[in-house]
Amino acid sequence: MTRYLAQRAIAFIPTLVGVSLLVFLAIRLVPGDAILAMLGTEAGMLTEGQRASLEAYFGLDKPIGEQYFTWMWNLLQGNLGYSVRHGAPALDLILERFPVTVELALLAVAVALMVGLPIGILSALRHNTLIDLIGRFFAIIGLSVPNFLLGTLVIYVLSVYFGILPNSGDFVHFQEAPLRNLEQMIFPALVMGFSFASSVMRMTRSALLEVLGEDYVRTARSKGLRSHTIIRRHALRNALIPVVTLIGVEIGYLLGGAVIVEQIFALPGIGRLAYNAILQRDYALVQGVTLFIALNFVLINLFVDLVYAAIDPRISYAHRD
Amino acid sequence: MPTVTETTQPLPDAVALPAARGPGVLSRLLRNISGVVGLVLVLLFLCAGALGGLGITPYPPNEQHVPDRMQGPSAAYVMGTDLFGRDVASRLMKGAANSLQVALSAVALSGLIGTTIGAVAGYLGGLVDNILMRIMDVFFAFPTILLALLVVAVLGPGLRNTILAITVVYSPIFARVARGPVLSVKEMEFVTAAHCIGLREWRVLLRHVLPNTVAPLIVQVSLALSWALITEAGLSFLGLGTQPPEPSWGLMLSEGRSLAEIAPWLVAFPGLAIMVGVLGFNLLGDGLRDVLDPRLRGLR
Repeated sequence: MTRYLAQRAIAFIPTLVGVSLLVFLAIRLVPGDAILAMLGTEAGMLTEGQRASLEAYFGLDKPIGEQYFTWMWNLLQGNLGYSVRHGAPALDLILERFPVTVELALLAVAVALMVGLPIGILSALRHNTLIDLIGRFFAIIGLSVPNFLLGTLVIYVLSVYFGILPNSGDFVHFQEAPLRNLEQMIFPALVMGFSFASSVMRMTRSALLEVLGEDYVRTARSKGLRSHTIIRRHALRNALIPVVTLIGVEIGYLLGGAVIVEQIFALPGIGRLAYNAILQRDYALVQGVTLFIALNFVLINLFVDLVYAAIDPRISYAHRD
Repeated sequence: MPTVTETTQPLPDAVALPAARGPGVLSRLLRNISGVVGLVLVLLFLCAGALGGLGITPYPPNEQHVPDRMQGPSAAYVMGTDLFGRDVASRLMKGAANSLQVALSAVALSGLIGTTIGAVAGYLGGLVDNILMRIMDVFFAFPTILLALLVVAVLGPGLRNTILAITVVYSPIFARVARGPVLSVKEMEFVTAAHCIGLREWRVLLRHVLPNTVAPLIVQVSLALSWALITEAGLSFLGLGTQPPEPSWGLMLSEGRSLAEIAPWLVAFPGLAIMVGVLGFNLLGDGLRDVLDPRLRGLR
């Protein structure tokens, strides 16, 4: 297991280098130069000397390879860059907002599991009945309603019938006032959990259906086990393995991809931070957030692999190769 | 350059995996509920888009009828008018054309690029495979919407850049989908046979290996279209996709948000349009998957 972990960790290094190169080069593809992008029209007012000293300050006068290595060296020391717009280090801004995003992701996963798992199981056990049909219908609807649409509808209902409007100024953190915080988080979590619940449901259903047709389930049946025991001990344990993968991948998405939901519900998470950084052309922050999210994503995928090994008895990484 | 294949027939160009090709696909699709409903919705969407694209709309989509601003659905304006007195139905039709243009171009591009990369990687194997797929892994390290946002942030908003953003996100996915079947098909006897009669590598890949990988790719195309629609609408919703005054469903939804209390139709119709469009491609994808390759069932 340790060996496998080490192998996987080493395999991630090229990916991470690739990610950093991509982010670094992407920002350099921005039309116009970085100073212009940073200052906008005000850049036109700079004298040659001011411009040159700014370029020297940001290291833009160095060759691109050197810029990359300086940037990487800073990264390794925990310096993700400095946001000109916020007047603060990018890492501080990210860490300040990350808990909101994490909370939202966990709540969304909870919603998805509470809704998706039971319906998926029921749908598989009552295969091709009305229950199954209804479950599948809701799942495909869930996959077809993008979260910005559902979010818009939810906000419409909230504002028209309850007079509530999301407002970023009102946001309270969980540790300050747990109940008020949950009140603010529950609707975005429901919106995000909805489509995720649909994928959980579909995955659970098809995995369980597949497992129920396996020989070992038939064996369990023929030796007279109660169907409840068969499902719980034999079928579900195997059927849930792909569901775990799905959840892991989805958490990765949720931690970085909540841009739209955070934006429409005015939640101060990192998705919103990234979005605003893009709008304000705050490229240091864009780089920082993107890198942070990608790193998270990669680490979660590694973690999912390990969980996978832990729960699936058929996979043993210890004796590989 | 006639080769042995054409003259000595018994070597089939595509020994189809069972049920992967052939004339039966459409008729089997028509017996599949998801497939039929999906097909109908997609056709509806295509018609609306075609009419919108050709300019056959009740009113010109950007024409302002100031005296008739913010009117609810009526005989004159089937889906009402917006803040500037523009006809919502006409704008939705033009929006459908714009969305289709983005989705179809992006999926065609990424399908071409991704399939090429995946097929070459899987077929050649070894170092090439390793390098190409590691590069794809880099793209998989980003959540999709963030990657799309990053591309748009770099290139600037607009229709063409939305297409590029979706292409960047989806090419690696196509690469993965194409690589898998290529890996297994290239080990089959008929491929060895093709090699034995001295066919060139690219010909074996194009005429013998690739045709046997179309089933998962077709399914993926349908799902990619639904995802491209969502992304286009999402980027436009965020103000980074189609730029005003050009209509886009996401943009119309976003513009209608602040007015939803007094003019719910400004949110309802674009929302419905997005849902129907995406639902259509999702259902069609499901139907195609059932028909083309039952083994793929259950994948997202």
